Amino acid sequence: MVLASLCLGRVTIPFFQTLKILFSPVLSLDPDWSETTYSVVMDVRLPRILAGLLVGAALSISGASFQGVFQNPLVSPHILGVAAGAGFGAALAILFFDNIWMIHLISFLFGLASVAMTYALSRVYKMTPVLMLVLSGIVVGSLFSALTSLLKYMADPMNKMPAIVFWLLGSLNHVSFKNLLITLPIFLSCMAVLLLVRWRINLLSMGEEDARSLGINTEALKAVIILSATIATASAVCISGIIGWIGIMIPHIGRLIVGPDHKYLLPISMVIGAAYLVAVDTIARTALTTEIPIGILTAVFGAPVFAFLLRKSQRAS
Amino acid sequence: MAGRVDIRDLSFGYTDKAEDIIFSGIRFSLEPGEVFCLLGPNGSGKSTLLKCISRVLTPASGSVAIDGENLNTMSPAKIAGKLGYVPQSLVSAFPFTVEEIVVMGRASRISMISSPSKQDRDKAWESMEKIGIDHLARRPCNRLSGGEWQLVLIARALTQSPRVLLLDEPTSHLDLGNQVKILEKVGSLSRDGITIIMASHFPDHAFLHADQVGILKNRSMAVSGKPDQVLTEEVLFSTYGIRIRVIEVLDGIDRKICVPVLKMNESRGENP
Repeated sequence: MVLASLCLGRVTIPFFQTLKILFSPVLSLDPDWSETTYSVVMDVRLPRILAGLLVGAALSISGASFQGVFQNPLVSPHILGVAAGAGFGAALAILFFDNIWMIHLISFLFGLASVAMTYALSRVYKMTPVLMLVLSGIVVGSLFSALTSLLKYMADPMNKMPAIVFWLLGSLNHVSFKNLLITLPIFLSCMAVLLLVRWRINLLSMGEEDARSLGINTEALKAVIILSATIATASAVCISGIIGWIGIMIPHIGRLIVGPDHKYLLPISMVIGAAYLVAVDTIARTALTTEIPIGILTAVFGAPVFAFLLRKSQRAS
Repeated sequence: MAGRVDIRDLSFGYTDKAEDIIFSGIRFSLEPGEVFCLLGPNGSGKSTLLKCISRVLTPASGSVAIDGENLNTMSPAKIAGKLGYVPQSLVSAFPFTVEEIVVMGRASRISMISSPSKQDRDKAWESMEKIGIDHLARRPCNRLSGGEWQLVLIARALTQSPRVLLLDEPTSHLDLGNQVKILEKVGSLSRDGITIIMASHFPDHAFLHADQVGILKNRSMAVSGKPDQVLTEEVLFSTYGIRIRVIEVLDGIDRKICVPVLKMNESRGENP
């Protein structure tokens, strides 16, 4: 998948040449390619594909974790308002700074801030019941969506507004090796934490009260899972914009393959999500002469696939 | 393995206000292997009391001790190793298999970052065999009958190797056959030495095999003691608000049963 995606694009590069370029830093090979071809593979496509793998894996594993914690297979990783907060942060940064680093940083911070707000809002009697979290997420999410609309309305319609709109639709084309290197440790550590505690998500998915009766400190476990999944999602959103449907659809496909046990569901979701996003991004780059925002494509593919999965699971049960 | 339970002055309210108190001053003691049947009208707080004993809810005051060890100062994981709790109704959002559900009972013995070992799975199989549901192990939990589901939850609690088992109306929504099957399992567990506290809708369950019975009413334990002494017609009337005759059945059954008297029959059934 990765190799095919490296070859394909506006300029199609032969398979073996791509392979040779890929290994040229470690092996001494005769360069039979042009500077531009090298740059297309190494500087443009490779970081973008790596970002696609990371974002796809992060959104899928977060989606599967959130669905477990919230005991609901229809939950997406954006449920606590990450996407709305990060979207607002990005719009703010585009409006005032127009610097790619600031956009990433501010959208990341607002993504986290929105979830912190959701968490604070849902705290009653020193506990954070799941239902309160979901409702607070809706409140915070719609607040930030409204603020984002306000920014769009105020933005310069020739220049800034299209930039905001395009960012919100999601794309992997801002990614460079530099910002990948900064986000990589964040992605990896969050996903590692989720993988470590993955069996315990089974317990939370039976309900908090039940998990408590089995001897689990549910508040701490829930905080660890929500924090990791949120940071992973916020990192994904800050480098790629809002890419919907992956986090909700991929865990369903995973469940069809390995069943509901999170011990197997989380790893398989990561793998499928990574492969899926790279595939969709390749289509986004190659289908038309101009790039199609990837968020649109994931929704166009996601909705019917999800409808099919829903019908299928209804028939099964 | 022992399982002596001492409950002292337990009280609970969702807030600190006096009018929000669900119950207070609950106290009783059980010897290892005894069965305590908790009766009371709907909404009297039977489930809440069980949740307080099992520490799913934190009581406002009072203490629960198992074999002299106070649960107030014990970690949740340690409590789960002594005390198993079988909820009244549990809905799984995902179709886990029976085996996956039963092995969850081992959670308190499995570290934060690992998953069940071979040993944990063996223990799960052991309890499934004991309860007689090993043939269901691979069945998704959304394809079980009510009775099977209740047995799965009991098997799950057994994997905790508990000394005390709390059951919250284990026979509600079950047909008569399944009710008796569950009650017989409960009886055999108590003969194995597990102390049992069971909430129930039916005073008959107390006569079946309870060593002690308590009636929770008006925010406190109205009466408690041996079923034969506690469950009189007067007490049942004041608990449920209807006339219930307590009749001793002989013929090899040798226990008392409760028979509700309908209003239309009252004048005829009554001795003048």
